Amino acid sequence: MTIKELVEVLDAEVLTPELSLDLEVKGGYVSDLLSDVMAHAKEGDLWITLQTHLNIVAVASLKSVSGIVVVNNRRPGAETLKKAVEEGIPILTTPHTSFEIAGRLYQFLNAEKV
Amino acid sequence: MKGGSGAVLNKSMEKNYEGSFHIVGGDFSRAGEASTELKSILQSLGIEKEIVRRASIATFEAEMNIIIYATAGILRYVITPEEIRIIAEDMGPGIEDIELAMQEGYSTAPEWVREMGWGSGMGLPNMKKNSDEFYIDSVVGEGTRVEMVIRRQIFSEGRSNDH
Repeated sequence: MTIKELVEVLDAEVLTPELSLDLEVKGGYVSDLLSDVMAHAKEGDLWITLQTHLNIVAVASLKSVSGIVVVNNRRPGAETLKKAVEEGIPILTTPHTSFEIAGRLYQFLNAEKV
Repeated sequence: MKGGSGAVLNKSMEKNYEGSFHIVGGDFSRAGEASTELKSILQSLGIEKEIVRRASIATFEAEMNIIIYATAGILRYVITPEEIRIIAEDMGPGIEDIELAMQEGYSTAPEWVREMGWGSGMGLPNMKKNSDEFYIDSVVGEGTRVEMVIRRQIFSEGRSNDH
């Protein structure tokens, strides 16, 4: 499943329209602790977080996640989005909670496998 | 930046690669630059993915510690056919109790750093977990030196770093 296919499922708004959303999402990881993400997120995961500052892009890029979903209607600033475009990390925002987004993502990824 | 062709791989076996990055304490806007560049270098040398992953995590954590705690620091790397050696040296406050600092969850980071999602007390443990050799020396009021070695030989699944 690609990020493009998940935008609607997650009620998300794409904040990096410059970037392709054709990246494949292989799984998900939910965390707001950056060292935890570094230790445990996997390549191709969709990272669900409420963090919005610049460093989320560096962590996402280092871990080669497929993209970042920022929850609870939070919106990263222009600096973060600019960096995200430079690094090729799509960022989405959604009004839903991490719980809700993780639930939807889990359901859709698993439905696809059946 | 990404390489990994056979020619590059062979070239990587001929000599050692060394370099360094200067890290400015408190400059969160450049956090991850050094580690990302080192990751690109490792990838361009055709180094195995899992080794690149471990070296990148260890380097990023070391870089963050300099940014969070120190005034300035240097990250040096030496890549040989056998290993990747990363040395992080800083001018910083030093660590009073290294044993305590090595415990997962222990952190002296200020509240605003924690709000950013850093300072969860996982930095040093993450560095150690992702290294085959890990050395740390610190003098309070002077600084800290961390040396990490990641061996390039690939072992079977038996080796676990996830404890």
